[in-house]
Amino acid sequence: MKSPPFEYARAASVEEACALLSQHGDDAKVIAGGQSLVPMMAFRLLRPAWLIDINEIAALKFVAPQADAVRMGACTRQCDIQRDDALAASVPLLRQALAHVGHVQTRNRGTAGGSLVHADPSAELPLVAQILEARMTLRTKSGTRTLAAADFFEDAMTTSVAHDECLTDIAWPVWRDRKTGSAFTEISRRHGDFAIVAAAAQVAVDDDGTCTRAAFGVGGVAPIPTAFPALAQRLVGTHLEKETLREVAHDAAATLEPGTDTHASADYRRHLAGVLITRVLQSAYDDARSVR
Amino acid sequence: MSEALYPIAIDVNGVTRTGHVTARTSLVDWLREHQNLTGTHIGCEHGICGACSVMLDGAPVRSCLMYAVQADGHRVTTVEGLTQPDGQLSILQDSFCEAHGLQCGYCTPGMLIAAQALLDANPRPTEDEIRDAIGGNLCRCTGYQQIVEAIALAAERIAGATR
Repeated sequence: MKSPPFEYARAASVEEACALLSQHGDDAKVIAGGQSLVPMMAFRLLRPAWLIDINEIAALKFVAPQADAVRMGACTRQCDIQRDDALAASVPLLRQALAHVGHVQTRNRGTAGGSLVHADPSAELPLVAQILEARMTLRTKSGTRTLAAADFFEDAMTTSVAHDECLTDIAWPVWRDRKTGSAFTEISRRHGDFAIVAAAAQVAVDDDGTCTRAAFGVGGVAPIPTAFPALAQRLVGTHLEKETLREVAHDAAATLEPGTDTHASADYRRHLAGVLITRVLQSAYDDARSVR
Repeated sequence: MSEALYPIAIDVNGVTRTGHVTARTSLVDWLREHQNLTGTHIGCEHGICGACSVMLDGAPVRSCLMYAVQADGHRVTTVEGLTQPDGQLSILQDSFCEAHGLQCGYCTPGMLIAAQALLDANPRPTEDEIRDAIGGNLCRCTGYQQIVEAIALAAERIAGATR
């Protein structure tokens, strides 16, 4: 299928991209890696009059470690994130999540920012952003604002990015706890497909193996990825004993009201969510304890 | 209203090719329809099947998920660019024949691009690495086994040739 007609502008800088967005407003869309946008245009689900291409903007491709976070340009390619060993050491969930994202060819084009702005309910990077409480910086012609993930994701395929705004960078919080572990898993029909249910967790422990900090969440079961900060708090002070894990996973799954589609029923999705939450919490805990 | 045309210049297999395209012309349509490079195949045209894989600046991408205008100023390698300078099949291509890594041939250009990109980055891949590298390419004939064997054979032959 072929895309409908549109006009194209290749932005040389963020300023130019923002000026073009301000000029064309609702009629324009930013194209980053295009791995979701182009199929949607081919299916005629979207008919933007203008595409503003940000792929050539070098200032949107960087990974910059900071004190409490790693900042990343919105147009940083998924393949570059996967290859970055320093990044994998500081925000290990990114590499763990990307192992489930598409295929070599799509990760070579697909970007971090594109995946977040597309906001597919089953997508992996939005789930990581949600549980780590990533911060997204949005820019317009006249200014910038930074949004926490909780305020960024609004609904399925919908974020609070305004028509004249461009996502420029993402700050992924880094846990400085010495013994930190994480895990990401999902069930999909075929490897690389969107998840039926995905789950991610990050856990920190002290030298006795007592949990000092925890975060976890699921994707594919609600319009936006779901984090469970209150339930994660219940893990703090425990050794994530089997019984504790079972209770927390059960309580988390019980809050979900997933939909039914051709891939899975709501009951199956809720069941999977409980199983996968248990699994990622256990793996993240074991991972944290194994740090010497 | 006629659509606007955009001038482009793309290095395809070492030769700069120029032209004018509408913004919505996909890279694969430009290669096939404007440049007569019909080696690259169009399958699903929405990024699932991998038949249209080409290398962009050395990295395999889906040419149905890019507009030709986006490739302006970049370097593209198609399956035609994999042959040896005298037109002979490359070791990888020959290995696909040898191991019967194809039947109908529809997925083959994409498989070859994916495999070549793998071997460029990792000359001695494990079977798992081979399977991962072609994980985004669908084949309905072979069941993949002979494709995996063909790529392993090519890696062995290339290692032997450069020893």
